[in-house]
Amino acid sequence: MYVKQISVFVENKFGRMAEILNALAEKSIDISALSLADTSEFGILRLIVDKPELAVEVLKEEGVIVKLSDIIAIAIDDTPGGLAKALNVLTEANVVIEYMYAFIGKADGKAMTVIRVDDEPKAVEALKNGGVALLTTEDISAR
Amino acid sequence: MAMWQQEIETMPREELEKLQSERLVWQVNRMYERVELFRNRMDELGLKPSDIHGIEDLHKLPFSYKQDLRDYYPYGLFAEPMENIVRVHASSGTTGKKIVVGYTRNDLDAWDNGVARMMYAIGLDNKDFVQVSYGYGLFTGGLGAHGGATKIGATVIPTSSGNTANQIQTMVDFGSTCLCCTPSYAMYLGEAIEEAGMTDQLSLKAGIFGAEPWTEEMRHAIEEKLHIKAYDIYGLSEIMGPGVSYECEHQCGMHVCEDMFIPEIIDPDTGEVLPRGSKGELVFTTITKEGFPLIRYRTRDICSLNYEKCACGRTHVRMNKPTGRSDDMLIIRGVNVFPSQVEEVLLKVGSGITPNYQIIVDRVNNNDTFEVNVEMDESMFADDVKSIEKLEKTITNELRSMLGIGAKVRLVNPKSITRSEGKAKRVIDKRKI
Repeated sequence: MYVKQISVFVENKFGRMAEILNALAEKSIDISALSLADTSEFGILRLIVDKPELAVEVLKEEGVIVKLSDIIAIAIDDTPGGLAKALNVLTEANVVIEYMYAFIGKADGKAMTVIRVDDEPKAVEALKNGGVALLTTEDISAR
Repeated sequence: MAMWQQEIETMPREELEKLQSERLVWQVNRMYERVELFRNRMDELGLKPSDIHGIEDLHKLPFSYKQDLRDYYPYGLFAEPMENIVRVHASSGTTGKKIVVGYTRNDLDAWDNGVARMMYAIGLDNKDFVQVSYGYGLFTGGLGAHGGATKIGATVIPTSSGNTANQIQTMVDFGSTCLCCTPSYAMYLGEAIEEAGMTDQLSLKAGIFGAEPWTEEMRHAIEEKLHIKAYDIYGLSEIMGPGVSYECEHQCGMHVCEDMFIPEIIDPDTGEVLPRGSKGELVFTTITKEGFPLIRYRTRDICSLNYEKCACGRTHVRMNKPTGRSDDMLIIRGVNVFPSQVEEVLLKVGSGITPNYQIIVDRVNNNDTFEVNVEMDESMFADDVKSIEKLEKTITNELRSMLGIGAKVRLVNPKSITRSEGKAKRVIDKRKI
């Protein structure tokens, strides 16, 4: 029902992103989705990967701060209005979206979106009732 | 140049030392009677006031420390009942608690005289316009300079600190002839005036600058920019405020008002009094102060004393610019900052554990920069930008309310602060002072 998301605190420092991504590449960790929230002082890197637990371990060894959490991911038709339709469901249920990022799947013509909301169970229920497909980590890595 | 209190200022040393001895005995007796902490310390050493006959016995007396002011906060060390205290001032202590000092009417008068001596010594009198751009308030700078300027009958322009454009306009319109502020602010003003092309409109001839360390190079730069002579003034609120010592027209060391304060130079590690001329920690004994007297107060400033007679004719000893501290206090934009204060803020914010931190101080365009890097840990990290920004802001605000100056707070990666022998280096001061 949820996917595992890795959040990484990224100090605003030259080369920091590359260091983090190199560490993941060395362990052949596949990144499906990525978003970077940036401020003038720091960034938060959010990743959906195929081996989240391993990724956390690798990054901790790198000395970065990592947090693993469950997050909602949905599959929508990769057609105009596909995402809007899914979001309408959440709006109607009064669920607040804190952030989201989208990525496009390789095979099945579906677009995927990761959404952080204020009330996860409520959102899940609303999405299910609204006929929106919820994804798991396995769904994403097996695409 | 004229002297404000010529008889005292040029008193032959033998006579001066006799006066100091009499006053020291008086002070020790009344403090033994009135200040519990002092009495206890004397008793511990098995000393009675009657053992102190003059300044030759000064070295026997117990030291006093900044921590004492904190332990007896706020009024526990005052030697006069509060009805005789007409003013208090305060400055930051080594931790969150302020330290408080009090003045009787006589104390304020003595303070004014100290500053007035300096003003006469640099050629000011009642025809001058003294712009006081030190902050007014609990900080001694503003009211200290104000009192001295009033004493000599000058026209005081109490602008207090800040609002540079207004400072400059006031300086021009009101015809200020003397500027009192921190040296770094003087530099800043000098540059702003130069930029505005207003240097020609100034009537300034002198500047009285203190409350933070500055170099000879800075003096020359200020003198060039503002077309003035720049003079150094020294003081600390524990002893009085600005005017404990001051430069005369010859700019060759700061004359200590020795009829009020006896300076000693000691080895900060052993407490031994060092031979004349040695560099060491400066210690003061206030021999005339009524409200808040201190015996052998450890200033933690490192300097030396020069007993040679000055070309100006004053016999009072000259202290050199302090070149450092025997503790970890920093002076940033004229404000005393102890790493322990920063630690206290972080302890509060870090919910019980102090995160690793590093203070980085520099001077950029003659302004002190103050950065605090804080190592993040997992408990401080949340997945959203808002809560991290909030954390940063909380630390910034708490530091400001603790220290009274703004710091640039930066959250950094764990273990990214350089450690030597496993211990993080807490302070990096890049200023060349």
